[in-house]
Amino acid sequence: MGETTHSLSDKRYRSISDSVYKIVTLALCSMSFVFIIILLIVLFHASLASIVVNGLRFFTTTTWNPAINSKVISVDGFSAMWGANYGMLVFFVGTLGSSILALLVGVPVGVGIALFISEFGPKRLDGPITLLLQLMAGIPSVIFGFWGILILSPWIRKFFAPALGKYLFFIPIFSGQVYSSGFLSSGFILALMIIPIIASISRDAMAQTPVLLKEGGRALGLTDWEISRKIVIPYARQGIIGGSILGLGRALGETMAVALVCGGADFLPKTMFYPINTLSAFIVTSLDSAFTDPSGMYVAALGELALVLLAITMIVNISARLLVSKGFLSNPENVVQV
Amino acid sequence: MAQVETPQEKRKLVEIRGPRNFRSRVLTDKIAKTACLGVILVAFYPFADILYLFILNGVRSISWARLTENTVGGNSLGGGGLSNALEGSLFLIGLSALIVVPIGVFGGVYLAEFSNNNWISKVSRFTADILAGVPSIVLGYVGFSLLVLYFGWGFSAMAAAITLAVLMFPYILRTTELALRRVPESIREGALALGSNKTSIINRLTLRFALPGILTGVLLAISISVGETAPLIYTASFSNYATTQLFHSPVGYLTYMVFVFSQIPTSEAHALAYLASLLLVLIVLAINLASRVGLRRLTKPLESEG
Repeated sequence: MGETTHSLSDKRYRSISDSVYKIVTLALCSMSFVFIIILLIVLFHASLASIVVNGLRFFTTTTWNPAINSKVISVDGFSAMWGANYGMLVFFVGTLGSSILALLVGVPVGVGIALFISEFGPKRLDGPITLLLQLMAGIPSVIFGFWGILILSPWIRKFFAPALGKYLFFIPIFSGQVYSSGFLSSGFILALMIIPIIASISRDAMAQTPVLLKEGGRALGLTDWEISRKIVIPYARQGIIGGSILGLGRALGETMAVALVCGGADFLPKTMFYPINTLSAFIVTSLDSAFTDPSGMYVAALGELALVLLAITMIVNISARLLVSKGFLSNPENVVQV
Repeated sequence: MAQVETPQEKRKLVEIRGPRNFRSRVLTDKIAKTACLGVILVAFYPFADILYLFILNGVRSISWARLTENTVGGNSLGGGGLSNALEGSLFLIGLSALIVVPIGVFGGVYLAEFSNNNWISKVSRFTADILAGVPSIVLGYVGFSLLVLYFGWGFSAMAAAITLAVLMFPYILRTTELALRRVPESIREGALALGSNKTSIINRLTLRFALPGILTGVLLAISISVGETAPLIYTASFSNYATTQLFHSPVGYLTYMVFVFSQIPTSEAHALAYLASLLLVLIVLAINLASRVGLRRLTKPLESEG
């Protein structure tokens, strides 16, 4: 009899432990949702002063002048500096411009690498090249930036930009004064950092091309390149586009490498050789100066920059996931740091 | 046959047959293949150069003093050693892993074992993907605003570790789910037939079978956070002295030394930046190599493992 009661209570204990386990893990699993909500609330709360006081000027002006030496006044219930103006246009243009340049360089290169892995190259090179891509994706962004200072920026100043200026002088954006870091170096560094993600997602998509289609192309007498261009790339289009958009999302948010090679401009670029500044690079380099503002408006304005950056990257990432229904984007092998 | 061709099909056929002769098509093929090979060299040259540059210069800057002394100067001068930063990096990584591993792993348990693909798990996966795409500097600002200022923790190890934990969470969650889903259903069914309940099936069987895969995800997340700089600038600041305090005391870390000392044009500062880069590259490459090999085994079809 004792046996029976024991096993009965044991059963009850067991089902309770199952439901407790389920509820606890459910709570932990929904943390990703909770984190996103906290993120939005905190950012909105922190930047409220800037949103109210700066209004539309934040999006339409190019001057970032905290006016820390003037006097504190009260605007709409928030304290601000008299004569201060916060406009993010310079950083916004720099972020978009450098990311688009990175895509222009990174997509052809990434797709080329994917084609080499899945179509042209010998099979035994597939594993090593993929591993190299993954290791490259793991290099910390600040190290890319250090390399940019040491090697890339000097190379652009001495050779690449002068060559562009010499042969493409008739295009206005390739002329005039050459600065050592700026648009070109930021775009190239970003391209290097997004090539692994574009290449590995494109490769995954290309690998799903049905062999029958490729054999059909071969039977028609197509060359390897014709098979790739007419069959493999169209078939993998969705994955290539999705990978490129994810790469764009990463380029938009990339911080340290760009902070080191962008040149820290506070004016709009006129040519490809100008220094620039981006939302993320400006946020990360401005914390010290933000503390010198007695009204606290500077910190709030940085928060609004972060909010804008979050909005852009979220739109880009969500659209990548809506566009691409297949599972490539969530493959943890393609995980790269942001 | 020719009658059923729509104009589009006709155009496609002409495109495939092509008016060009065979030789030019072969030439195009060769050019395309060479271009792809060239593109690979262009993409990997910088990577090789980074390894060469930082390993060479990093090894040259190795000295006992630089490895064991604290940093002197900081923002303007830069000298001394980097033991404070090395210790700080390890401290932050350990602390953040301690916070995030239980949350991420047991969150993954829900996704794989309890959810049955319900709407909660779909929302959770979607938001995890979104969270993985949030720029780290945004996480840094939020950590700064909430933990450093609002909670009043100041620049501190705890604020930095929690920020890093949020950054690592989606990776650990998703790899844990993947690892658990790869444990064969027959193992669960067998245990169920023997009268086990879900709790003990998960704790005693599936989690153990999935352990290598879970460790892989944890390692990958750690290697990502080792290389982070932006969120730490906003939450840990920097300190020339090693600390074990959780609150109200800034912490040093290696990536900060690379960021700041690479911009100071003295040879001593650059030597420290090189040494910090070498340590970072070695740590990250070692972890990545180990975890990628593990992950590759994880995503292979199950039959190959027997």
